[in-house]
Amino acid sequence: MLEIKNLHVKLEEEDKQILKGVNLTVEAGKVHAIMGPNGSGKSTLSYVLSGRDGYTVTEGGASLDGEDLLEMEPEERAAAGLFLAFQYPVEIPGVGNMTFLRTALNAQRKARGEEEVSAGEFLKLVREKAKTLKIDAEMLKRPVNVGFSGGEKKRNEILQMAVLEPRMCILDETDSGLDVDAMKLVSDGVNALRDAGRAFLVITHYQRLLDHIQPDVVHIMADGRIVKTGGPELALEVEKNGYADILAEMA
Amino acid sequence: MAAPMRKDQTRVEATEARIAAIDLPKGGFTAGARANALSRLREMGLPTRRDEYWKFTDPAALIATEAAKAALFDAKEPQLFGTVASVKLVFVDGIFSDGDSDDPAMAGVEISRLAEAGRADIHWAQELYGVLEARGQNPVARPLAALNTAAATDGVLIRVTGQAAKPVHLIYRHASETSDVMLHHCVKVEAGAEITVLETGPAAARFNKVMEVDIARGGKFHHVRAQGRDHERRAITHIFTRVAEDASFKSFTLTANGQMTRNECVIEIVGDDAVAHVAGAALGDGANGKFHHDDTIFVTHDAERCESRQVFKKVLKNGATGVFQGKILVKPGAQKTDGYQISQSLLLDEDSQFLAKPELEIYADDVQCSHGSTTGAIDETALFYLRSRGVPREDATALLVLSFLADAIAEIEDEGLAEEIVERLEAWLARRKK
Repeated sequence: MLEIKNLHVKLEEEDKQILKGVNLTVEAGKVHAIMGPNGSGKSTLSYVLSGRDGYTVTEGGASLDGEDLLEMEPEERAAAGLFLAFQYPVEIPGVGNMTFLRTALNAQRKARGEEEVSAGEFLKLVREKAKTLKIDAEMLKRPVNVGFSGGEKKRNEILQMAVLEPRMCILDETDSGLDVDAMKLVSDGVNALRDAGRAFLVITHYQRLLDHIQPDVVHIMADGRIVKTGGPELALEVEKNGYADILAEMA
Repeated sequence: MAAPMRKDQTRVEATEARIAAIDLPKGGFTAGARANALSRLREMGLPTRRDEYWKFTDPAALIATEAAKAALFDAKEPQLFGTVASVKLVFVDGIFSDGDSDDPAMAGVEISRLAEAGRADIHWAQELYGVLEARGQNPVARPLAALNTAAATDGVLIRVTGQAAKPVHLIYRHASETSDVMLHHCVKVEAGAEITVLETGPAAARFNKVMEVDIARGGKFHHVRAQGRDHERRAITHIFTRVAEDASFKSFTLTANGQMTRNECVIEIVGDDAVAHVAGAALGDGANGKFHHDDTIFVTHDAERCESRQVFKKVLKNGATGVFQGKILVKPGAQKTDGYQISQSLLLDEDSQFLAKPELEIYADDVQCSHGSTTGAIDETALFYLRSRGVPREDATALLVLSFLADAIAEIEDEGLAEEIVERLEAWLARRKK
């Protein structure tokens, strides 16, 4: 589904190479995790894939179902089925959560040549998805992420994912700022979305999120490259010994 | 009265030329007020760009003896607030149109027309016409308001004695490309009474309007206005209000288009525990000629435990200019004053500019006053967030513009009116999508 080949990326503003040849293939139905120390390029990878400004691809590429992702605008990538759950979801005062969600859903449907969802259908859809994430009507009415706790923001990201039903979901440190209960809620929300047609790329520092969202494949990223790939046991190894051992092994 | 502005020959000539170009109304209960206003005007002289208060806004077009032409703009949109049950009073190029207007009879409200009532020798509005305007000339001169008091040809005189059954909706139609209009309204809200006044429409090629609002103890005045449309029209408006004990004044203005608009609001809080909120949202696109929008606000606290709020937001593009001059003056003894002021601009490109002059002058020691002013571009992170959810760039920008304006719109208490304003904002933004 997602194919990243020899991806080299540098920051636009300064001549600093962040990704130095990332190769990664995520198949439909699978959950891949990327772990790695701070500054290894994990978040950059998620931003480049979703189309944030400020990065220059100097070599290599990325595709979603064979379509060149890097040629697309961010909104086109979303309509094509890519979703990034932000590490720091953005507050948008004055725009209601429901308005935002419906605008996003209908924009994607329109881009795909599908019928827009009526207000009634939409309300039903959101209520159903919100319930499992314990997002109440009051939270849906509030402006996007304004006054939300860390946990509420992350639940709201998963709600957006549930409503938009992307095929390729990237979770950027979704566990940061979550307590144990919130982590469980968020993970349950993610697990409910797992199916044969959908893939996940879970970016995290810690193994604990992977206790809840069991990955099929774990990659270790360091200095802009994927340096090691293995099964879930790799995450446990990191948890036990830190990154130092793996990095030393690579050196 | 304010200290006269520097008297020079050019100013005197400009003032006399302007006065000479006007047919001054004579007789009736306003005669004395008009004569006084005329001498005030001569004393002050018309403004020039060199005056401190007009540093950011060139008054030339407002003081010229003739109004420049302004093409009519057919928005092809239904009348704003058209579905709100109201008493509609229609002015076409500043002349009251009986045929287009509703019957002004309404429980709790007396409405008369200045052009007619003005001929009478005795009228309740005698104690108001030009009175608040004259009070508002100190400490800053507002010569164009004095000009209006002297020369206004029409307007409405509204006396509210109870709970008004419906809002009064003043609709200003613009029909002639060269119309030059001065309207003067007086609103007297008696103790415990309440009314909403709506104002919509471009009014004229050049529009000078004064509204004097006197709110007695416990009275409430709500005001929602939309100035827009015609790209070339120019306007100078003044609101002078005096707010008594426990009374409340709330005013919101939406401005879109128009080559030049200066809205002055002079608020004098004279009774304890009173509230005055004034807010504005302006959308300016310089692509249709020029866009220059100026909010000049002066709030005087002269009583205890009063609250004032100023919330002004401007969205500017294609070389548009936004100006904000806002002052809070807290007089000695006005303890426990809660004064707040925020002015912000969102610049959608690098050609536009925002000029702000916030001022606080405080002579009481137990007060809470704050002011802030910011200017900035669309938040790239928020834009990316919206786009990453599939919202195209232009739609995402529109959402963020609405988000930016939200605090000002939140000042409109009536949800229905606020919704109509938001719809107009959305339509304005939609028309500018690439």
